[in-house]
Amino acid sequence: MKSFIEYIVSIFKGVWTLLVGMKVTAKYFFTPWNHVTQQYPENRDKLVMFERFRGEVIMPHTDNNEHLCTGCGICEINCPNGSIEIISKSIVTPEGKKKRIIDQHIYHLGMCTLCNLCVKACPTGAIVMGQKFEHAVWDRSLLTKVLNQPGSKIAEGVKE
Amino acid sequence: MDFYNFTSLTHSIHEGLAKSFSPFIATTIEWVLVGLAYLTFVALFGLFLVYAERKVCAAFQQRLGPMRVGKWGLLQTIADFIKLLMKELIMPRKADWFLYNLAPFIVIIASFLAIAVLPFAPGLQSLDFDIGVFYLTAVSSVGVIGVLLAGWSSNNKYSLIGAMRSGAQILSYELSVSLSLMTMVVFAGTMQFSAIVEGQRDAWFIFSGHIPAIIAFVVFLIAGTAETNRGPFDLAEAESELVAGFHTEYSGIKFALFFLSEYINLFIVSAVAATVFLGGWMPLHFGNFESFNHVMDFIPPVIWFFMKVLGVMFIIMWFKWTFPRLRVDQILTLEWKYLLPINLINILLMALVVLTKFHF
Repeated sequence: MKSFIEYIVSIFKGVWTLLVGMKVTAKYFFTPWNHVTQQYPENRDKLVMFERFRGEVIMPHTDNNEHLCTGCGICEINCPNGSIEIISKSIVTPEGKKKRIIDQHIYHLGMCTLCNLCVKACPTGAIVMGQKFEHAVWDRSLLTKVLNQPGSKIAEGVKE
Repeated sequence: MDFYNFTSLTHSIHEGLAKSFSPFIATTIEWVLVGLAYLTFVALFGLFLVYAERKVCAAFQQRLGPMRVGKWGLLQTIADFIKLLMKELIMPRKADWFLYNLAPFIVIIASFLAIAVLPFAPGLQSLDFDIGVFYLTAVSSVGVIGVLLAGWSSNNKYSLIGAMRSGAQILSYELSVSLSLMTMVVFAGTMQFSAIVEGQRDAWFIFSGHIPAIIAFVVFLIAGTAETNRGPFDLAEAESELVAGFHTEYSGIKFALFFLSEYINLFIVSAVAATVFLGGWMPLHFGNFESFNHVMDFIPPVIWFFMKVLGVMFIIMWFKWTFPRLRVDQILTLEWKYLLPINLINILLMALVVLTKFHF
């Protein structure tokens, strides 16, 4: 008798769970404005990628053409597949001290897996992930980029 | 409404043909005309169904579905169909040549046989047997032979496993389909489709038969979904396990025949549910609301029929895109331990309802 009651109860429980599932999909069906599909080439002008999207590594520059990179090379050490090369140079400061600064921050987008390790490792937050994702070019050499802009210098007050 | 009755139209065509040809030739021409009409209908409706299924599926998964070919992707299935027609027909080297080529035709012929008894509108029905329901359950189970042949003759282990699963499943669920239809036959007192529809002039059976009819309707929907090999009972062609099941080795137009027959079967199950439970082409009538009934009468019966069919189809698609696929043992448990006992009790209940006249 007990198993018979369990059998009857199991039928109603089963039907109930199925109805719960159907309610979920019905909600999706009858709220078409929540659909997630992006009609990409058409909505290119309005398309905004979300904040955490990783499109490429960029180095933000201020209006005075200043960046935060000290040329320490930690990003180069942390990169698993050698996408980053740091070329540094020595200068003599007005006080007469010798100092190493960044000459070229070379970034090979073609090899980069966008793993985000360089951004996490950077002690000054000089490099971040950009949201641009249309990277198709006709020549592979165009994928090698120099992140620091020509003539740029390190911002005042960055700790080395 | 006599205006929407097709009987006079078909009669005048028949008389026109009989006047100018001998009876034999006239009958042959009628056969060909009816066949062509069904072929055209099935091809066009199949194309529409594939499109509808993709759109409905997409909406259930918060996607848009086909949008590129034509406005809202309306020409997508036509493009797919042309692609299928142009594809090469490949046959495995060690396949059984005769059975391999025969199987798609058995499947599609079974679907066509079943579609013949469905009343689309008054007078728009090619076969009006007095054992229509029995005939329908009989021919709809012929298709499984084609499925089994396809799996066997392909000489491929996935095809064979898929066909065997399909066989076990269809043979089991045939019981539930027949029993739930039998419940309604008990209630209607006839097996003739036109008479069943005529019996729902005042109220559809799902209303007038109340509890047992509703139980039978639910059971029929579940068992019918299983009989068409659709999800969540699609383990005969489970993509993740068996490539494509029994039609793995088919390509081009032969695959298209399997694909089309699947959608015709969906249409047949929905149409039978609409005819037996929801009143077929009968407009919605409520007891004494004379003006309401008159308004409903103005909508043509064909529209009523297709509205009901599309409604049932939507529910079946809803099942497919909501529930995960069942395992083989779960499918057989559902049939033999749940649906069959419920059905048998339901028949008794319906007999009681009919005997005590406890219906509207």
